[in-house]
Amino acid sequence: MMRFSTLIKHPANWMTGGRESRGAVLTSRIRLARNLRGHSFPGWAKRGERAAALDLMRPAVEELAPMKNAFSQELGDLGPVQKQVLVERHLISRELAARGNGSAAVIERRQTFSLMLNEEDHLRMQAIRSGLQLSEAYEALSALDTELEDKLEFAFDAKLGYLTACPSNLGTGLRASAMLHLPGLVLSDKIGQVLQAVNKIGLAVRGIYGEGTESLGNLYQISNQSTLGESEETIIRRLERVISEVSMHEQNAREKLFEDDPEMVADKIGRAYGVLRHAHLIDSKEALTHLSLLRFGAILDFFNEDTVALCDTLLMDIQPAHLQLHTGTKLSPEERDSIRAEIVRSRLQSLDSPDNHSDKLEAKPESDSDNPGD
Amino acid sequence: MKCDFCDKKATVFLTQLVGGKMEKVCLCDGCAKERGVTDPTGFSLAEVLLGGAPGSPGPVPAGQVAVKTGGGKTCPSCGFSLEDLQRVRRFGCSDCYRTFSAEVGQMVQGMHKGTSHAGKVPEGLMGMQVRQQRIEELREQLEQAIASESYEEAAGIRDEIQNLTEAKA
Repeated sequence: MMRFSTLIKHPANWMTGGRESRGAVLTSRIRLARNLRGHSFPGWAKRGERAAALDLMRPAVEELAPMKNAFSQELGDLGPVQKQVLVERHLISRELAARGNGSAAVIERRQTFSLMLNEEDHLRMQAIRSGLQLSEAYEALSALDTELEDKLEFAFDAKLGYLTACPSNLGTGLRASAMLHLPGLVLSDKIGQVLQAVNKIGLAVRGIYGEGTESLGNLYQISNQSTLGESEETIIRRLERVISEVSMHEQNAREKLFEDDPEMVADKIGRAYGVLRHAHLIDSKEALTHLSLLRFGAILDFFNEDTVALCDTLLMDIQPAHLQLHTGTKLSPEERDSIRAEIVRSRLQSLDSPDNHSDKLEAKPESDSDNPGD
Repeated sequence: MKCDFCDKKATVFLTQLVGGKMEKVCLCDGCAKERGVTDPTGFSLAEVLLGGAPGSPGPVPAGQVAVKTGGGKTCPSCGFSLEDLQRVRRFGCSDCYRTFSAEVGQMVQGMHKGTSHAGKVPEGLMGMQVRQQRIEELREQLEQAIASESYEEAAGIRDEIQNLTEAKA
């Protein structure tokens, strides 16, 4: 069986954009909820019942062809930092991380599939892909689900579909979501308008980081809310259409921004570069904000092409548990800020100044001491 | 797509269930504002039903949708009661959906785009699914037949529904 350190050593290929690194869509995720017939849902089951359900599911899941030599652990056997790393990588939910033995995580070697056993539902299965690939992710996960049907009997009702602990997941048990990087819409103040329109179609939008409506790093997640009454294909097609539209708006906003106010854009990106290259103490909020702008700069050709992937990897690596895993010790917040800054500086060491790339800027400010851009 | 009220490009799409029928409205920004569609306070119902304003972590937990608590019923399979539902906002087991079918019916309305499953079916259960869909079709026909006072036709449809329902059990 795969060890935790082996699983986590490399970033998953879905983390670093690949072909579509220039697009606004970072990742696509599909989640399916399934439950065993004749077993109480995990939240209601007594400890023994939960263990029995796990004993039934775990071998069935581990036998699946794509899950050969997967990482498979009961939650009680994972330390708090390990759990948190898996949460930061979107491989398990916070809810699962809060559980102990009787619940398990089975994660495919490449981190593209992860299955949570005895979370809110008996089985929460997930597939992640880079860019906008919701259909592909669904096809792959649905094949896994079909294979499992031969071994496990799922709770299903002809009218209500797959039965789930919470009625909000009834029917398909499908949650499809995409993570989007929308600096153009944020900087041009159009984000509210776009997100509100998305929300009105019955899709959920939320910031990935930050509380409430605040979003850090210009990262947003769009997902379906309704799971009953429509087929998986209909739900996914609508989401893909809406996400493509949002991406297009983002693209237009970027172009317009650069046309209308190139100096403001250059200033933001230059400042982000300056802080990240030279800070010695940086908290995750500040790092996230600037990395987002650095990524934006890379898309606008202020930096070389690899910088997008570099930013995507760093976004993951600067998070608290990843830092603690990196150093192997428990860190105080102050120590984290110092190590975070060190990692960022060293990764960006060979990153050329944006001034050497910004040929697009015709009038480059020579000595612009007071900055009207903010 | 064009706005339903003027010729501008629509940016707000509104789908509402009115009297059991889906109604779709497309609006441009101007018209949406004018009609208060973008006003969050005037929109609380849809937002509550569809599971939240931007920034809310997920769909509305089941327990927040008002459900009439019926007197002390418990699930024979797992001992779960409606009081438990108010507390934990999740059901106890898959049989609870049969035990509390009336309450589930109320809850599901408005929570989702529809009330009947239209997606994937486990391979072994295909026959059951086809039968269920036929029953629903027939029920609609039955209502129409009654509404148009074609009682003979209605009786025939009723018998067919009965046959299918028995085959299911």
